[in-house]
Amino acid sequence: MTEKKSVRGQYGETLALLGEKYKDIVVLDADLSGSTKTKVFAKKFPDRFFNMGVSEQDMIGTAAGLAAAGKIPFASTFAIFATGRAWEPIRQSIAYSKLNVKIVASHGGITVGEDGGSHQSIEDIALMRVLPNMTVIVPADATEMHKVLETVVAHKGPVYVRSSRIEFPVLYDDAYTFTIGKGDVLREGTDATIVACGFMVSQALAAGDLLAQRGIRPRIINMSTIKPVDAALLVEAARETGGIVTVEEHSIIGGLGSAVAEVVSEECHVPVKRIGVQDRFGISGKPNELLECFGLTPGDIERAVLEVLDKKE
Amino acid sequence: MADSNDSKTCVSMECSREEALQRLPEEARQIRIEILKMLHQSSSGHTGGSLSATDLLTTLFFTELRHRAEDPGWEGRDRFVLSKGHAAPLYYAVLCRFGYIHADELCSLRKVNCMLQGHPDSKSTPGVEISTGSLGQGLSIANGMALGLRLNENNARTYVLMGDGEVQEGMIWEAAMTAAHYKIDNLCAMLDRNGLQIDGTVEEVMNIEPLADKWKAFGWHVINIDGHRFEQILDAFKTAKEVKGKPTIIIAKTIKGKGVSIFENKVKYHGIAPNDQELEQALKELGHKKL
Repeated sequence: MTEKKSVRGQYGETLALLGEKYKDIVVLDADLSGSTKTKVFAKKFPDRFFNMGVSEQDMIGTAAGLAAAGKIPFASTFAIFATGRAWEPIRQSIAYSKLNVKIVASHGGITVGEDGGSHQSIEDIALMRVLPNMTVIVPADATEMHKVLETVVAHKGPVYVRSSRIEFPVLYDDAYTFTIGKGDVLREGTDATIVACGFMVSQALAAGDLLAQRGIRPRIINMSTIKPVDAALLVEAARETGGIVTVEEHSIIGGLGSAVAEVVSEECHVPVKRIGVQDRFGISGKPNELLECFGLTPGDIERAVLEVLDKKE
Repeated sequence: MADSNDSKTCVSMECSREEALQRLPEEARQIRIEILKMLHQSSSGHTGGSLSATDLLTTLFFTELRHRAEDPGWEGRDRFVLSKGHAAPLYYAVLCRFGYIHADELCSLRKVNCMLQGHPDSKSTPGVEISTGSLGQGLSIANGMALGLRLNENNARTYVLMGDGEVQEGMIWEAAMTAAHYKIDNLCAMLDRNGLQIDGTVEEVMNIEPLADKWKAFGWHVINIDGHRFEQILDAFKTAKEVKGKPTIIIAKTIKGKGVSIFENKVKYHGIAPNDQELEQALKELGHKKL
């Protein structure tokens, strides 16, 4: 059985580790440090942790001020509150001033599960992607989360990193290298391309197995940086495979699918099918039930690839 | 930087209270003149709230704030956040007076590709600590700066200027809790209580009273002053530095459009720049010869 590991758990571990090397790291949370795992850092470095209470806007503004004073603030809460409630302070006080704040939010997507639509963020990638100066990253497993954090702590400028409540299968080992703005081809293939991010990378790989049984070999790309998106890799994939399926645990409006379609439609005309949450809110249920409900299973991805193959010239 | 220059550039505390009280009215008058000329040139911008806070900001920059115009990023500088970002013309006039901005730049306010954006932009203008303009965010930012300075064991202080309409923003009260909770005493907030906002009087639009009681209830040390009496402003800054274990707010009662009779206490001049005739009269009242 594939090993699984919590991506948000990894955030807590890595942050506490980085805290030793980077004395300027400070961490802010809005009363969810147990869930976002910033509590690990808080216990180790109590003087550098600020629980802001249930006040996301103030958390973001304070993080901006800390960055202006030379600190490296990491601000965490659930994805919908971090990016939705505090969107305008992020825009005005972080992105516009180009401040060195890292927003690392957990509980992205519908696999939040039982808490339901109010807590399932299906808009955060769109909300962050539209902001000038913002980098947007969705790691595909715990190893990648670790590498992402090592990278963004040394990167000057605003970054949004999304993680999830559920555990993800471990896809990478320590030899993996993460670079901002670079997608990773996990599986070669020429029949079509599946571009995924976050947990959906694992689902895409499972879909690849199903398609292989039909003799179809899709190229599978982990597009962990959604902004700046790896346009060169996408154009190459579009030209070489002739059709693209995007897969994300986010609204099909404004997220990875949109980012891919924007690049591909300007550069080369191949069919693009977006798999994600259709224009609707989430609902309560177990994560696996919800993946089925919202059409985010390997079987759904397989069908989308077959559809794209039909449309290929 | 040579030590001999420090006395010139480290402005604050360089003159006695008596000297400051003699000098400040004239400095404030000059700054008001620059504000009005700047606004007239751009035919756009916020007159009333720039003039109401002129005496406060002039006093802050001339007597209180430790800063170096030739080294805007100097680590030891006190931080200032203009939370009521629409008073940008005032900020620019003050920064110009200290040499952060060349006087020639003032006529470029709000023009395409200019250094002086409609609201303060830290990326465009030397001396502007952080971009503001969307109300309600400056106090959180100032808290963060003050916490950062404290962690860095830097004894610099943080000052923030808010408007009175601005405190209708909920985020201000989140930040008010934070400052008290974390005992941020290297922070001094100023509230420009001019009583007017763009849609009318603050009392009519959304009453904020009892204002002092609110801040006290949130755990702040509150100082009420007349924001146009320099001796009261000086005393308030002095007290603010002495208060330990809690943040301080100076609630400064001011007159919107202060210094020019046709603008004083007029809602209309919140966001309107003076036309030719208005500028002429304004400069006359301020004892300035024609352009």
